[in-house]
Amino acid sequence: MITPALVLSAVLFVIGTLGVLVRRNAIIMFLCIELQLNAVNLAFVAFSRLHGIEGQIFVFFVMTVAAAEAAVGLAIIISIFRHYETVNVDNFKLLRW
Amino acid sequence: MINSMLESIGYTGWILHALIWMPILGMGLVLWAEEETAKHVAFWWSAVVFVLSLGLWWAFDPSEAGMQMVSQTSWIASWGVSYSLGIDGISLFMVMLTTFSSSIAILGSFNYIKVRPRAFYSLMLLLEAGVVGVFSATDVFLFYVFFELTLVPMYFIVGVWGGERRIYAAIKFFLYTAFGSLLMLVGILYLFYKAKTLLGFPTFAYADLLQVPLTGTEQLWLFAAFALAFSVKVPVFPFHTWLPDAHVEAPTPGSVILAAVLLKMGTYGFLRFLLPLFPVAAQHPTVVTTMLVLAVIGILYTAWVAAVQPDAKKLVAYTSVAHMGFVVLGIFALTVNGLQGGLVVMISHGISTGALFLLLGMLYERRHTRQIADFGGIARVAPLLTSAFVLTALASIGLPGTSGFVGEFLALLGAFETHRVFAVIASLGVIFAAYYMLPMVQKVFFNALDKPENREIEDLSRREMVILAPLCALMIWIGWNPTPILTRMEPTVRAVLERVEAAAPSGQTSITLEDGSQVVIAPADAQAPLVDPELNDDPPDDAAVIDGE
Amino acid sequence: MHASLAAVLVQGGQATAEAAGHFEPFYPGLIILLPLIGFLLNGVLALRHGVASATAVRGGGELDLDTGGRPATHTLPSLIGPGVMLLAFLLTVVNFTRMLGAHIEEPVVISYWTWMATGTFTVDAAIQLDQLSMIMMMVVTGVGFLIHVFSVGYMKADSGYPRYFAYLNLFVFFMLTLVMGSSYALMFVGWEGVGLCSYLLIGFWFSDKEKADAGKKAFIVNRIGDVGFLVAMFLLYVTFGTVDFVAVFHDAETLAYGGSLVTAIALFFFLGAAGKSAQIPLYVWLPDAMAGPTPVSALIHAATMVTAGVNLVARSSVLFALAPVAGATVAGVGVLTALFAATIALKQNDIKKVLAYSTVSQLGYMFVGVGVGAYSAGVFHLMTHAFFKALLFLGAGAVIHSMHEAYHSTHSHEDAQDMRNMGGLKAHMPITWVTMWIATFAIAGIWPFAGFFSKDEIIWQTAAFGGATHAPYPMLYTVYWVIALAAAMLTAFYMTRMMVMTFHGTNRTGEEESKHLHEAPVVMWAPLAVLATLSVVGGWINVPESIRESFLGLGPLTSEWLHHWLEPITAQATHIQAANLGELSHSAPVGGGEFMWALISTVLAIAVVATTFRMVGQKEIVPAAQDVELTGFAKVLYNKWYVDEFYDRVIVEPILRTSRFFWKVIDAGIIDGVVNGVGWTARGVGFVISMFQTGSVNTYAFILTVGVLVILGVSIF
Repeated sequence: MITPALVLSAVLFVIGTLGVLVRRNAIIMFLCIELQLNAVNLAFVAFSRLHGIEGQIFVFFVMTVAAAEAAVGLAIIISIFRHYETVNVDNFKLLRW
Repeated sequence: MINSMLESIGYTGWILHALIWMPILGMGLVLWAEEETAKHVAFWWSAVVFVLSLGLWWAFDPSEAGMQMVSQTSWIASWGVSYSLGIDGISLFMVMLTTFSSSIAILGSFNYIKVRPRAFYSLMLLLEAGVVGVFSATDVFLFYVFFELTLVPMYFIVGVWGGERRIYAAIKFFLYTAFGSLLMLVGILYLFYKAKTLLGFPTFAYADLLQVPLTGTEQLWLFAAFALAFSVKVPVFPFHTWLPDAHVEAPTPGSVILAAVLLKMGTYGFLRFLLPLFPVAAQHPTVVTTMLVLAVIGILYTAWVAAVQPDAKKLVAYTSVAHMGFVVLGIFALTVNGLQGGLVVMISHGISTGALFLLLGMLYERRHTRQIADFGGIARVAPLLTSAFVLTALASIGLPGTSGFVGEFLALLGAFETHRVFAVIASLGVIFAAYYMLPMVQKVFFNALDKPENREIEDLSRREMVILAPLCALMIWIGWNPTPILTRMEPTVRAVLERVEAAAPSGQTSITLEDGSQVVIAPADAQAPLVDPELNDDPPDDAAVIDGE
Repeated sequence: MHASLAAVLVQGGQATAEAAGHFEPFYPGLIILLPLIGFLLNGVLALRHGVASATAVRGGGELDLDTGGRPATHTLPSLIGPGVMLLAFLLTVVNFTRMLGAHIEEPVVISYWTWMATGTFTVDAAIQLDQLSMIMMMVVTGVGFLIHVFSVGYMKADSGYPRYFAYLNLFVFFMLTLVMGSSYALMFVGWEGVGLCSYLLIGFWFSDKEKADAGKKAFIVNRIGDVGFLVAMFLLYVTFGTVDFVAVFHDAETLAYGGSLVTAIALFFFLGAAGKSAQIPLYVWLPDAMAGPTPVSALIHAATMVTAGVNLVARSSVLFALAPVAGATVAGVGVLTALFAATIALKQNDIKKVLAYSTVSQLGYMFVGVGVGAYSAGVFHLMTHAFFKALLFLGAGAVIHSMHEAYHSTHSHEDAQDMRNMGGLKAHMPITWVTMWIATFAIAGIWPFAGFFSKDEIIWQTAAFGGATHAPYPMLYTVYWVIALAAAMLTAFYMTRMMVMTFHGTNRTGEEESKHLHEAPVVMWAPLAVLATLSVVGGWINVPESIRESFLGLGPLTSEWLHHWLEPITAQATHIQAANLGELSHSAPVGGGEFMWALISTVLAIAVVATTFRMVGQKEIVPAAQDVELTGFAKVLYNKWYVDEFYDRVIVEPILRTSRFFWKVIDAGIIDGVVNGVGWTARGVGFVISMFQTGSVNTYAFILTVGVLVILGVSIF
């Protein structure tokens, strides 16, 4: 009964993962992470039909965190862009030994 | 009279808490104070703490062997951790020594510490709180917390206010000691789980852990874990190389605290944990021999190394290792004299070596060098400083009539009762003490005053006299009248030894728990008789036995 | 238990109630306390004076002392230093006379407080008054007082004057602790304490490296002996559970005669004694100790401190009597030292060096005495030696004082102590000359001077002991006896040589300088006169029976008073000896009785003195500056058999080299190498692993994904 929903969730998650791995644009990567989160949300909602209300409750937490993350993340990206005038992550390698 | 006065203010109920928390409160005050006044706040605060701790001398019941002034509050109930304090004859003097040397060290740092005084003095107070905690905790978890807590302020004191190679020394100090104590943590956890299984409830209380029966093998492993932690701290040869570096780089007050009380945490651990918790291991012949050999090597080897040091502070640092060797020797003699001697050496070393570091610091403030070769003939320009130094040096090398002699004599005497050869070899340390100390004294204070810079050296200031006077007085007072100290530690020392002896009475290989169950322990070798029968057993001649009269 | 024992003894125990009841000690604690008070007062003055002169030094100059006559800073120390000594001496005399009348059999122990008490080991801070400690106290305070007085004159111009008296008072305090303490532990306090004062006083002029070195050497060599003392104490404790004299000697009888335990105890104690009393192989510090002011040499390195070892052996007579091997060792070392030091003294040119080796030699005699069980003879020689050797040193001090001022007047840097620069001083210093001759006769063993009786007694007892019915090693003692006689002849020789070189012949000080030679002031020669008197009559208190009956014994005037006086101390040892050795011999190994050999030795001594006087007097002596270097055996003797060089090569240098090896190779190299190695390894590993940290987000994400997939794969399959 929930299989289609789970399949959709899996497809969305893989798309998100591949996006994070292959794209270099920070904004795109960021959107892909959101995509992953929402794929997981979908799975939570689907599972809640079998296991009760907790799944749906958890979705709220995820959404809250995602919102916070979006706010902070975008702010960082914007400030990085202002500084370097690019959002290509290949250029950001300062955090290394 | 003093007793009733103390009683009327409920002294015994709050004093230990006060000694830990007042310095922490003092931290706040120091941080809140102005940069210029921070040192005065810190000193007066620590002086108040010291004065408060003086009451322990009277409030302490000398006839009682166990923990006194006990107070217990549950802390992390689910693990059985409690915030419980108490002192006995072993920790009493360590606590008093800590409060005393902390205020002395703070007073001795007034000119030395030029940058970030507030941070410095708050760290000193934190250190004091931590060390008092180590000496008064009766919960092993709490003990460990305090034991590690002392690392942090000391690390910063060396690393921020130290000399040129301060970073190296601070990291070396930190890693060396942290490495040792991690193994101890494993040992503590093992004990904890063992206790939980046997007793049925989680507990870190020292008194409970004492009840845990351990097999001989378990004891040996745990002994090794604990012994390593404490041996690094003492330090026992060959774990001593952090000490000279830390001492040389540390600012004067850091050195004073390091020598006076931090090292004592190691030997205190020997007495508090190794002997009572693992009595079978502690009297295992191999273990005892190993510890005694290391102690004797420490005494002689470091004395020799000290003798050729060009840096006066490093020289004194090495002598610390030699002195602590006497403590270890006394402890593992497993005799009443040995243990008490070891404890007196701990006190005496705290006073005399602390004073030596203070004096060297005073010289450094005047000449900005620690190289022995840079001095010479100082006695002519600074007679007071010289007198104090010579007296302290003599106490350090154990001249009779000073505190050093009482300790070393009793430690050697105690060692001689059970291990003659070690005691005799160790007593050669008496010669080599003169061999390292006197040439240094001569090269610094005597000989010709041939360097123009040295002509300008000022004698002691009033503040410096205030610092040194109580130290010198204590050295002589303990030298001539150590009995009040000895009687206070005797019951506890006896209790420790009784526990060790009871662990393996000859012929008995198991001990009975309170619930009646039998626990098998490894048989320990019978103790050596007091007098070697062979020595006195020569075949008598015809007229051998002399009649009285 | 011991405290109560002490209490019993103070009030007179059961056995001694009758006898001890008569002896009422008169403030004995004050005797020991007075020098301490003197030290504290003088110490404060010394510090004040030191601070003042330090201010002057900082200003680039020196504190000006030449304000005409005696500087004001010297007034108080001059009163306090000798003052406390006089009071202590008077108190001692009072106690001595009281004991004289009391005839006590057991020592009186007065306990003040419990010094150390661990529960299994207890020592009281207590003093013990008995015949031996009384004699020692008389010597220490009496001779000590005289030397304090002498010092007032000798040190007059010294800038460290108050400090000098502080040290001197402190020394007497420790010396009295040594002789009055009621246990070995307390004796050890005094033992090391006098060592400390010796260190401070030898290095009194600490700005001179050589002098500071000498002090240090004395302290370290003494400490070698002190280890022996410590170990002996430990052995006593594990055997008897106490180190109190009374208890130890009471229980000592349970020890087996000649057993290895008691032998070990005795030998370890002797190691201590050898250190303090400068016997082979630990004598090397004493000649160097002459770097100190001359009155110090007189007090510490002749009259009192160096005799502490003899006091120790006499005190422990029971233990040594039980250990014949130890006794033979003590006597053997003593006689060898006596001879060895005497040979070195033959060729020394420094007046103090001659006296130093002479002291070593005479101490050897004392050890021969106590080694052959003649404890009272050893103490007797100790006492007479204190008189005549203190006199010799003080006389030498007066000479040096005079020489020094002579050279000072012309700003000459010649050696004021070199006898080659002296000669003919008798014209300038008649009192010193006469008194020193008296002391020379005494030390040479010429009748009726003090040394004759004491030295002869020792030599005779050696013979008697070797000839005892069951003597352990009769041949050995015969050898000892011969050596002791030979060394006595050497003594007569080198002392006469010293006297002739110093006082007779023509003056070699220099034309201009000799005008400034003068007799010592009264404050210096008065002590000389007193000591000279004692050097003459001091021996009469212990004239042996067999000699007393003859003309040599000065008629019925005296008898073996000291021997009888010390009997309560030595009785136990004498019993043990009598029981095990049988009767002592009444004739020397080659025949002849005590009287005959006394006569022979004094005649020989007179002959040697007379011959030497002529021989040295005829020899032409040139001043030190023009003297040629010695060759052959004389050079070996002059260089003291090269023992110092030998010790340097074999002991000191290897220890220093090993110390450096330990430091550089083992400590900094191996141990710290391992520690730093661990550190470097950790860093290296960290560096390699850090390569994986590229800083690229995509790499991280990729690795993360791979990791998740792997974990998923593993958990599924």
